[in-house]
Amino acid sequence: MAELSDKAREEFFSEAQEIIETLSRNLLSLDSAIKAGISDPSLINEAFRAVHTLKGLAGLFGAARLGALSHRLEDVLDDLRLGRVELGQDVLDVLFGAVEAYTRILQAEKADSDEELDVEQLFVELERIGAGATEHQSPVADYELDPGLLAVLTEYEEHRLRANIALQMQLYRLRVQFDLSTIDKVLEEMKERAKRHGEIITYLPTGEATSADTIELDLLMASRDDLATLIGSLGADHVVIEEIPRRARRSHPATMPPRRPTALGRADSVGMQPDLERGGLEQAASLRSLTQTVRVDIRKLDHLMNIVGELAIVRSAFGRVAEKLRGEGQRKLAAELQRLHRNFDRRLGEMQDGILEVRMVPLGQVFDRLARVVRQISREVGKEIRLVITGAETEIDKLIVEELSDPLMHMIRNAIDHGIEAGQGRVEVGKPLAGTIALNAFQKGNHVMIEVEDDGRGIDLARLTEKAITLGKLTRSEAQEMSRDEVLALIFLPGLSTRESADDVSGRGVGMDIVKTNISKLGGVIDVHSESGIGTKMTITLPITLAIVSALLIQAGQHTLAIPLSSVSEAIAFEETAVRLVDGREVITLRGQTLPLCRLDRLMALETAPYSASRRRFVVVAALGQRRLGLVVDFLYGQEDIVIKPLGKSLSAVRGFAGATELGDQRVGLVLDAAGLIEEVLAGIEAPRTLERASG
Amino acid sequence: MLRILVVEDSASMRSFVRNALESDTRTSAGVDVVEASSGFEALRLLPRGPYDLVITDINMPDINGLELISFIRKSESHKATPVLIISTQSSERDRARGLSLGANGYLIKPFSQEALQTEVWRFLPRGIAHAKPHG
Repeated sequence: MAELSDKAREEFFSEAQEIIETLSRNLLSLDSAIKAGISDPSLINEAFRAVHTLKGLAGLFGAARLGALSHRLEDVLDDLRLGRVELGQDVLDVLFGAVEAYTRILQAEKADSDEELDVEQLFVELERIGAGATEHQSPVADYELDPGLLAVLTEYEEHRLRANIALQMQLYRLRVQFDLSTIDKVLEEMKERAKRHGEIITYLPTGEATSADTIELDLLMASRDDLATLIGSLGADHVVIEEIPRRARRSHPATMPPRRPTALGRADSVGMQPDLERGGLEQAASLRSLTQTVRVDIRKLDHLMNIVGELAIVRSAFGRVAEKLRGEGQRKLAAELQRLHRNFDRRLGEMQDGILEVRMVPLGQVFDRLARVVRQISREVGKEIRLVITGAETEIDKLIVEELSDPLMHMIRNAIDHGIEAGQGRVEVGKPLAGTIALNAFQKGNHVMIEVEDDGRGIDLARLTEKAITLGKLTRSEAQEMSRDEVLALIFLPGLSTRESADDVSGRGVGMDIVKTNISKLGGVIDVHSESGIGTKMTITLPITLAIVSALLIQAGQHTLAIPLSSVSEAIAFEETAVRLVDGREVITLRGQTLPLCRLDRLMALETAPYSASRRRFVVVAALGQRRLGLVVDFLYGQEDIVIKPLGKSLSAVRGFAGATELGDQRVGLVLDAAGLIEEVLAGIEAPRTLERASG
Repeated sequence: MLRILVVEDSASMRSFVRNALESDTRTSAGVDVVEASSGFEALRLLPRGPYDLVITDINMPDINGLELISFIRKSESHKATPVLIISTQSSERDRARGLSLGANGYLIKPFSQEALQTEVWRFLPRGIAHAKPHG
């Protein structure tokens, strides 16, 4: 629709995304519930409501494909929640298929693409499920239910009532007095407790005994437990529970209305009169604050972060002015300014933390998606997989979470496809039939670590080496000198981790090299450990946020440059005499390992003083996974938190720079892209050679 | 100033309705749209009325739209407030129940902004609806 703004569309997409994630979570919970033999009708109803909402929104925003799928899915979920179709694994498979389709469609809609998405098969399957629907109803007339209550039940609620009656549940009415200000909390607690005894079917406001601050609700509940048990568990001052009697069989229709509660006769109720005298501004103000969350475009947070960065520059200027004053003998003024400086510094830090906190989302968001993938692949390849997730609550920058999904998915595909042995093979080597994939996340300082660990056969080092030799990535003699870790690192070379045959699962041409590139784009590194016959563990180390980077400020030639600390492993003093030449390249030996060197000033053609052996210089060791490069610099200034700003369009193609940042003294400094630089500089050398052990 | 209570659990849908109501050029008096994201929130907001119109979804968790309509019709201070149901095609039975409980009209989602504006207009107090812009 043309009249809808971009903002409205954005909001729609973001809500659609959330709804699809909710749906996915519901289906996963249903999956575990079925496996555990538990039935939780509210899960199906929530799934139905999610799709129902999505359908309405899709129509509103002209998202036809989203609407078409929602329409069909809603029908099936409606049959499921109304008990017309049984929920089994096969149905659940189709529902998971729908979630996948949603994800693809949403991406296409976001990109405004008209690409044909193949959903026909899914539609056919949804249709097939719907065709099996059967109607059966249990009588509600057996209970002395208030007709007024029956009239306000939605179709679903009425179905739940019938289903409970069919299961011979006893019906109860809970008349509950709620304080309007605390109703949400109190009700949630009550629902939680009620779950142990049965199901709350509906909540009906009575319209009686209500003042402006309280409200009375009738809760219709079905339970196996007797009245005394319920009163013991749910009873309270403001709760009156009574049994809804069954009608005597074959008797005359009962004339007796449902018993009225006696304990709580609030005869002096004042009804729902708005309290205008007491109201006024106070109430009007609170009216606006009922919704407590907002959705914000992450670019707005970036903008705020940039302002914080600029304030940080002002802060450093304070510091310099204070120093200057002190130098000029103005001690008192200098001390006062210093105090202000410290105060400003603290507040700015708080502000920075606050903005960062807003950007953080739990990794559980992406883990949920992965759980779905594991389930799907394990069924496709016929391997039984147990996914164990820890640390789903670990928080990381929203932008990083978005980009993590693909790399993690490939790693998991690899683990299931190549790592975990087929069932019989596992039993033969004395492992449990079900393979285990552990997904662990935890925070470590300013980094988040994510481990993907499987208990499969481990990486076959001999086969890996053979393949690398076949592909001409290294010679046989080079291979013989390589350490175990160096051989393992070969899986990150292009073409090494993709399978020969394009099979269903991971033969999609995406290898670990792409995974590694994607992770390093996020400023992260990936390491691999593998034990033959025991399993493989990949560890991703990521910065917690992309917005602020701790960097090492260095001088090269006349220029100050920043190197993100996440890619710096150490800095050492540089001795010109220690430099050796290997194949025409400058290297030094660091703890028995050869470290290729890169003279930053030369690389960037910065004007510089001639080299002399006497000048004291430094080597900053940049590391990307297991590849390392020594950057020769003139001076180390120290560590500083910087906000990286993108280079303009004309410079964006220049490799080796991640962006620019403002340095404390109003000057702009370039930020080195250590990952890109390592790739660039080491590109000339055959990759395995960089891993070569020092021969001397 | 017209006050309209919109009860709907989808934020996008609430925004859509709000935009439609606020962009209607016929309301010279202006519209104060109050949003409730659940039946409970609506119950909390009702005493802060009166409202010229309540627009409500049916399928909401806990307190559903039907219960809300029933409550409004029973309440001394709100029983005369017009109620407009917004629901999807599939909820035909629930929509019918809503009308029998005393709702004044319904719209089937999805609907255009114009359709909503036209429908809403039927329920507004004539004095306001026909007011001419000042000066």
